[in-house]
Amino acid sequence: MNRRLIEFGVVLFFASVPFWLGNLYYLHILITTGIFIIAAMSLNLLLGYTGQLSLGHVAFFGIGAYTSALISIGFDLELTDTYTFVFEPKPVWFSFLCGIAFAAICGWLIGKISFKVRGAYFVIVTISFAEVVRLVALNWIDLTEGPMALNNIPPFTLGIPGLWELTFFKKEPNYWLVLALCVVSFVIVRRLVQSRAGRAMIALRENESLATSVGVDVTKYLVLATVISAGMAGAAGGLYTHYIRIVDPDVFLFIYTVTMVIMVITGGKGTLLGPIVGGLIFGILPEALRGLAGPEVQWVIYGILMILVVYFLPGGIVPALSNWWRQREDNQSTSSPGDAAPGTAS
Amino acid sequence: MDQLLQHILNALILGGTYALLGIGLTLIFGIMRVVNFTHGELYTFGAYMMFMFVMPLQTNFFLALILAVVLGMALGAIIEVVLLKPLRGADIDTTMLIMIGAWIAMQNMEQFVWSGIAKSIDNPFPVEPLVIGAISVSWIRIFVFVVACALIVGTSALIRWTKLGKAMRATFQDTETAALMGIRINSVYIATFAIGSGLAAAAGALLGPIFVVYPTMGDLAALKSFAIVILGGLGSVGGAAIGGFILAMMEELGAGYISSGYRDAMGFLLIIVILLFRPTGLFAQKERIG
Amino acid sequence: MARKPTQQIVLTVDQLTIRFGGLTAVDSMTFDVHEGEVLSLIGPNGAGKTTAFNAITGYLKPSSGNIAYQGTSLVGLKPNQIAELGVVRTFQKTSVFGGETAFHNVLMGLHRQLKQKPWQIIFGLPSVAAEERAMRNKAREVLEFVGLGARANELGNALPYGEQRLLEVAIALAARPSLLLLDEPVSGMNPSETSSFMKLLGEIRKLGITVLLVEHDMKMVMGVSDRVVVLNYGSIIANGSPAEIQKNPDVIRAYLGERHRKTQAKSKGKKRA
Repeated sequence: MNRRLIEFGVVLFFASVPFWLGNLYYLHILITTGIFIIAAMSLNLLLGYTGQLSLGHVAFFGIGAYTSALISIGFDLELTDTYTFVFEPKPVWFSFLCGIAFAAICGWLIGKISFKVRGAYFVIVTISFAEVVRLVALNWIDLTEGPMALNNIPPFTLGIPGLWELTFFKKEPNYWLVLALCVVSFVIVRRLVQSRAGRAMIALRENESLATSVGVDVTKYLVLATVISAGMAGAAGGLYTHYIRIVDPDVFLFIYTVTMVIMVITGGKGTLLGPIVGGLIFGILPEALRGLAGPEVQWVIYGILMILVVYFLPGGIVPALSNWWRQREDNQSTSSPGDAAPGTAS
Repeated sequence: MDQLLQHILNALILGGTYALLGIGLTLIFGIMRVVNFTHGELYTFGAYMMFMFVMPLQTNFFLALILAVVLGMALGAIIEVVLLKPLRGADIDTTMLIMIGAWIAMQNMEQFVWSGIAKSIDNPFPVEPLVIGAISVSWIRIFVFVVACALIVGTSALIRWTKLGKAMRATFQDTETAALMGIRINSVYIATFAIGSGLAAAAGALLGPIFVVYPTMGDLAALKSFAIVILGGLGSVGGAAIGGFILAMMEELGAGYISSGYRDAMGFLLIIVILLFRPTGLFAQKERIG
Repeated sequence: MARKPTQQIVLTVDQLTIRFGGLTAVDSMTFDVHEGEVLSLIGPNGAGKTTAFNAITGYLKPSSGNIAYQGTSLVGLKPNQIAELGVVRTFQKTSVFGGETAFHNVLMGLHRQLKQKPWQIIFGLPSVAAEERAMRNKAREVLEFVGLGARANELGNALPYGEQRLLEVAIALAARPSLLLLDEPVSGMNPSETSSFMKLLGEIRKLGITVLLVEHDMKMVMGVSDRVVVLNYGSIIANGSPAEIQKNPDVIRAYLGERHRKTQAKSKGKKRA
């Protein structure tokens, strides 16, 4: 019960931020940070819980972004010289769901293809996939406008069309929306990893042959993890596209995947809070360092930081902190053997 | 027909440098079980060294090439000793993360040092291309092709006939047994990483004068190296050489007959198709799942 | 509760042959396992015991021959599909989920007994929570059963060796086997651990679980088995009750030969050192 209360308090605190922050630019930073946290949580499901490193994760993010943008602004495709397929604009909530669904379908496909082989192969397949998708976005100008970018993407709206509608032009509602989806993503991941499905994922990360010996269908759970992870990344992409309201092929840049990986590794892969802690650090740090160092120098620092974390804090920040906390409690009182949080140190 | 011949010729020339990239990466993976994400940065490093020696320092072109390769090998050895040596025995995911961190740091250092503006490198060859019938090819490209082939042959000879090569092959087969037989594994690893890095730097130094040099040029090179290595089978040197030529051929023909925009997508499509039908690559002898 | 072995055959291994390149590891092996019995597979090192285990549980594809469990052919099935049929194994090399607590190790073993679907999990249905609660109790029961109740919150790889071996058995039991294959379960255990493991095996038997055992410890084999199958160089050289096996001249020869070789190898090793 205590735990519930703390969680509620934390969410309430974050929800109250727009009321006292008083700086729209900082709020903007928090919104983009939140979007990246969702993406990082989705990556963590794969990297942290199944142990598979997806280095093309940004593809799912970008697919979600482009799909949602295109469906909300409509498009037409010249299929033959005489027939043009015209797609009318659809409401944003619908396009957003389509973005999630399409990203998840792509995840299913990639999972099916690449889990025949794993490890290094999986990494390379995912990179390749992201690169192919980026090139398609860049070159299929009829559909994506290529490097000219898709503009005037409608923002989110809330309400009943015709009766009462709130369009999210301002930063505050976007912030709350991102926060809400952060919470939803967190809850989904937590339910998953504390269930049969999540335990199967952890089991095959820990010891694949032992996992199969007790009946875990490895491929099934790897694909499931990829589908859910891709869908969540697609949701993050949709949020991004309707918040920034412009999307170009640069959303597929490898550097974004690296950002997510750094967030997850630093925060703590395979922990529930890791991506959030890592996401907050690397979402806010660039702003803090902005006056002190140029972007290149910052990235040099991040690269070195990642190496240092892997060397000295291989589990990441969250497990290190929770170990420290546990030791402190052990010193204060003799612990009773209760239920530890399943599968995670969170 | 002439056009096709021209494409094939271009592909051969490009394929030489692709093969260098692929061999470098596959050597490192095969022997050390490290997915080397800094490979593209060594390629970039080679290109920038070439630029630095030829342009501001006015060094002789051929000497500059040798210096770029030697410095590339030295940088590779440093990376091995500083980053990988303390991690012996760590799993492949850990080293992969370390190498990603190094990649990001190195690329941005290059950006910081050289700025983002693309640079071109002069070469001492005649501007007039060699024309045979309807086919033309510039002298610098011929030079690049010849040097690349020489390096491929040289590397194969080194692996086949030298003492170091024997030690490398023994380590590839079975690290523990090799260590028991008195092979100094650490030295083999350093040499392997240096040779692999030297080949990447050579590819960069060779292609730099043909194209332009810019900080993120290594990204695509790295990704293509992965494609080549997967095509040839992780850990197979011969496979990587052939894979390099196949990829170049596909890119040339794809760009010539389908769309130049998708030129760079060819390799990745190839990876996906290959993994669908022959997951171990075209030329891998044994099952190698990294 | 304790059931007597019946003559009902549950597992048939028929003309099983496994080759690695030119080497024949298992050569037309034929034997049956009866319901409720403890059958031991013994033989010198390299006789093909673990290879046969791997083939039965789907980790290796037989070169020829058939394996059937309760009438269903196991050849070509994946290990997890074979586990679904109730055939669960342990491994020769200690194999637990090292980074997870003993309690979670067993929860993971319970995989097969849970019904929850991914969508039900994502929507957090109450049925999922109820099932989880039931399974947590079950996991605790299994840990108590093998005697690791006090170790629930220790990490798998932090347990002493003997307890890791027990945890392995707990994981396998959690998968609710009807046929349990144990691959050298007491290797590395001290004598007192071994004798308590023999007691545990008796308890497992009382649950009606059929056991196929590979073991080097002859005291244990002769103490717990209903029947013993002896392998040498991939072929069966004897099949019978422990008493019969102990008197069988072929078996004695195979084992003496083995011991002879071993002492030779040892003295060689000493010389090298």
